[in-house]
Amino acid sequence: MDEKIKAKIMDDKKMKRTLQRLAIEILERNREADKLALIGIQTRGVHIARRIQVLIKELEGIDIPLGILDITMFRDDLHKHEQQPAVKKTRIDFPIEDRDIVLIDDVVFTGRTIRAAMDSIFELGRPATLQLAAFIDRGHRELPICPDFKGKYLPTSRRERVKVILQEIDGKDEVLIMEPKGF
Amino acid sequence: MKERTFRQDHLLGIEHLSVDDIETILETAEAFIEVSSREVKKVPALKGKTVVNLFFENSTRTRSSFEIAAKRLSADLINFNSSVSSLKKGETLKDTVLTLEAMNPHIIVIRHSASGSPHYLTTFARSSIVNAGDGFHEHPTQALLDALTIQQRLRTLRGLKIAIVGDILHSRVALSNILLHQKLGNEIALIGPPSLVPAEFAKLGATVYYDIRRGVRNADVVMMLRVQAERGARNYFPSIREYRNLFAIDRKIFSLASRRAILMHPGPINRDVEIETSMADSDESVILQQVTNGIAVRMAVLYLLKGEIHETLN
Repeated sequence: MDEKIKAKIMDDKKMKRTLQRLAIEILERNREADKLALIGIQTRGVHIARRIQVLIKELEGIDIPLGILDITMFRDDLHKHEQQPAVKKTRIDFPIEDRDIVLIDDVVFTGRTIRAAMDSIFELGRPATLQLAAFIDRGHRELPICPDFKGKYLPTSRRERVKVILQEIDGKDEVLIMEPKGF
Repeated sequence: MKERTFRQDHLLGIEHLSVDDIETILETAEAFIEVSSREVKKVPALKGKTVVNLFFENSTRTRSSFEIAAKRLSADLINFNSSVSSLKKGETLKDTVLTLEAMNPHIIVIRHSASGSPHYLTTFARSSIVNAGDGFHEHPTQALLDALTIQQRLRTLRGLKIAIVGDILHSRVALSNILLHQKLGNEIALIGPPSLVPAEFAKLGATVYYDIRRGVRNADVVMMLRVQAERGARNYFPSIREYRNLFAIDRKIFSLASRRAILMHPGPINRDVEIETSMADSDESVILQQVTNGIAVRMAVLYLLKGEIHETLN
């Protein structure tokens, strides 16, 4: 589908401030830092999680473990695709048992990705708590899921798409709302 | 990163795959390796799908490997054992498959002694067909798991010299590997007695050697094939002792290969026939890693093939 930019919501400075606030809020909620671990959802959630990990290190001087989660195998729509979606790597090399886990994704939308991530994590063990940090919450939830930490709440219409553009993948930082051409 | 798409309905052989298809399968397999390292080795990706193992030839490792792969993806699996089946009562292959299809499976994994039988199935079946070895033709999942193992150990699949030693003539493992490495542009050396390595194989882009010392020189991968006594391989050379003296791999011959070379074997191995026992257990031997990778590759194949090719069966 052809898309055009409808609005630019954040630039690199705004994104940096928002990430710093998220890092502080995560630390505030989780006083036992040695129990804390971050899990980024492939692929953009992983980069956001890595940045939060670095910010926490800068703020408090502590190393928080970071895991990578691919939720493809737990999707609820695998039978609906023409072609099977690509499976990416999962790497969580610390025990999640009794830890405070913060799941991190770039955009939370219907909530189905988070549902799949939760199922996937519970296959690996029983965390003490499971929290959700979303850089952008764009509404339109189809499941009873609500982020514990939000970078920004962005009301959108369903035909729009939120793009979190990241230095690591795209070479620059910004958040855009896209809409189909011809609207 | 480029999003790949896999557009094959079946896996009949390496012959039909593009380099992109091969890379998609290997990338998917790498992602599935992690599942087998978990405490709970199961993901719901193929929940509600049915896989039939239809094996007309004896096989323990390939059949179990497909079985474990299907189960780790939460598919339901049925083992159809030809020795106790209706084929013994005179049913044709087509009728057997049509009967199985009436139970609505998604994927049929077939091993058959007749070359081309998986392809024949695709002419009337509506399931995805996976070739688990057909006669002297192809054994694609073996070549793919070999490629995954090579990639893990040598960190590349390009610019390699692959030496394959033994009964090339009767080996579907060899043919699938030749086709795969030919597509990737690797140098292929085929080694064995002239009776088992006909010069015609040069037409596939390989170089034929009758002297193992010349053939394995500077090879990055040395792939040994089993002497298939049950297929009458012994009629092609005077004695096992002579074959061993001329074509078995030992430390001295292996040292002619490249310094980083790995030793492969599709199994089951005949110790001290084609492979000296100390070599089979050496650090360069990746034989057990091949078996482990077999599960990840078969998981990838079962995942990527959708099943339900045609809407209805008339």
